[in-house]
Amino acid sequence: MRIGIVCPYTWDVPGGVQQHIRDLAEALLALGHEVSVIAPADDDAPLEHYVVPAGRAVPVPYNGSVARLAFGFLSASRVRRWIREGGFDVLHIHEPAAPSLGLLACWAADGPIVATFHASYERSRAVTVSAPILQSALEKITGRIAVSEAARNTLVEHLGGDAVLIPNGVATEKYAAAEPLPGWGGKDAGPSLGFLGRMDEPRKGLQVLLKAFETLGRQRPDLRLLVAGPGDAGDVLARVSPGLRDRVVLLGLVSEADKIRAYHSVDVFVAPNLGGESFGIVLTEAMSSGAPILASDIEAFRRVLQDGRAGALFTTGDAESLAEEAAGLLDDAARRKELSEAARSAVRAYDWSTVARDVLHVYETVAAGAIGVVESAP
Amino acid sequence: MSPLLDLLVVLLALFLVSTYLSWRAGRLDRLHARVDLARAGLDAALVRRAAVSLELAASRLLDPATSLVLATAAHQARTADHERREFAESDLSRALRAVLEQPGFREAVEGEGSALLEELETAAQKVEFARRFYNDAVATTRTARRRPLARVLPLAGRAPLPEFFEIDDVPPEVR
Repeated sequence: MRIGIVCPYTWDVPGGVQQHIRDLAEALLALGHEVSVIAPADDDAPLEHYVVPAGRAVPVPYNGSVARLAFGFLSASRVRRWIREGGFDVLHIHEPAAPSLGLLACWAADGPIVATFHASYERSRAVTVSAPILQSALEKITGRIAVSEAARNTLVEHLGGDAVLIPNGVATEKYAAAEPLPGWGGKDAGPSLGFLGRMDEPRKGLQVLLKAFETLGRQRPDLRLLVAGPGDAGDVLARVSPGLRDRVVLLGLVSEADKIRAYHSVDVFVAPNLGGESFGIVLTEAMSSGAPILASDIEAFRRVLQDGRAGALFTTGDAESLAEEAAGLLDDAARRKELSEAARSAVRAYDWSTVARDVLHVYETVAAGAIGVVESAP
Repeated sequence: MSPLLDLLVVLLALFLVSTYLSWRAGRLDRLHARVDLARAGLDAALVRRAAVSLELAASRLLDPATSLVLATAAHQARTADHERREFAESDLSRALRAVLEQPGFREAVEGEGSALLEELETAAQKVEFARRFYNDAVATTRTARRRPLARVLPLAGRAPLPEFFEIDDVPPEVR
């Protein structure tokens, strides 16, 4: 198929939506489809061969924060030309409710239009007020995708209608192999537990893990805890007994490469989340790395870990249960190996290649019986 | 004001109102076209799912009892009249789950049946997609037709109010 993808945010600025589009586009190309992505970018920016620049995005206050968006006559005419010359079978717009290229593309095109909604937020005034303006452009969308249950709820609440759920994919092979961080992993480094996520966000559950470490750390004098993620180090260490503090290593915010190495550095990766996690992205990354996993038994994790087959579960929020399960895993290398292999195989269902196939089925569903994407009357 | 100016103002107002009304009517027309296309897509997806189910039932890959369950459900979905359609399609979804979610089903049909199983999984997924897209189009159209102007004026012409299509279409999770 010939697929045109519209990215609303500046291409070379790191962000979840941009990464999603990059992974999706590359997975579709690997499946043998023709893909063109239009995104805000400077004309002289180094871009992948499948990306078309739509001009520079400008920072504007929007919906309570400053967003870099592309709008105006220049962007509108570039989007129009890209649609006219693209000859696409289907147009795939991301975050069409943002006042950027996606909305412009909705105006400029007729035909099969798929839209992916990424954001989830509580009912916001701005979106509600602009809904009638958005409505007439968004009415043209023939297939809506939400990346999470939360995103689907947001969408249904603000705009009505319905959407299919296709979660983000994981680029599993990116995580498959990495050297452990210096001083970690390997035989003489001693046993270790790992955690990744915001340290000051209670729902991520670090406090549960720290409480369990009080018990585990006393029982096992060589056990260490590796914590990666943003947050105040002082606050965290204050919650650890003085005798154990030198065995809790805080990395702070880490680079993508170091994050992958962190997954490969620990004997047991712990995901103690208390809830609110619609899709365990951290969990799927850890699974791709082949880390043996111990996770709280919230619904989302239970599903991803196939009821405990691909990772051990403990009672959500219960430090004792966590400590008990972790001790069991630390003492059983064979079980860890088994879990690691099961995790790698279970995570294939979340790989981008699988997700891209689902997205392709959406394209085929909306393109059936249509003649392709054409420029609309101005 | 001179009578001529009055006339001009009235004409301009009439022009603006009629332009707006025709734009609104055009929007509704486009929404109805979207509903029709989505409905055609949904019907095609349903027929395809029934056809692939029948093919699997007839393939000798399954035991006779399973084949019969699947063939009956697929046949009823295909032949149901308008009234019974939603029930029959939901029954087919349930039959597919009962058959395909048997432990070890994927291994059991490995080889000869792999392509057929994949086709059936795709067909079941597309039914869900097509149904959601159709209902999405119906919801948008019904909202547009409930607006005051569309109630008072015949902006939608004689097009009937589109109906939702509600079925259980949760696709099977083959293990």
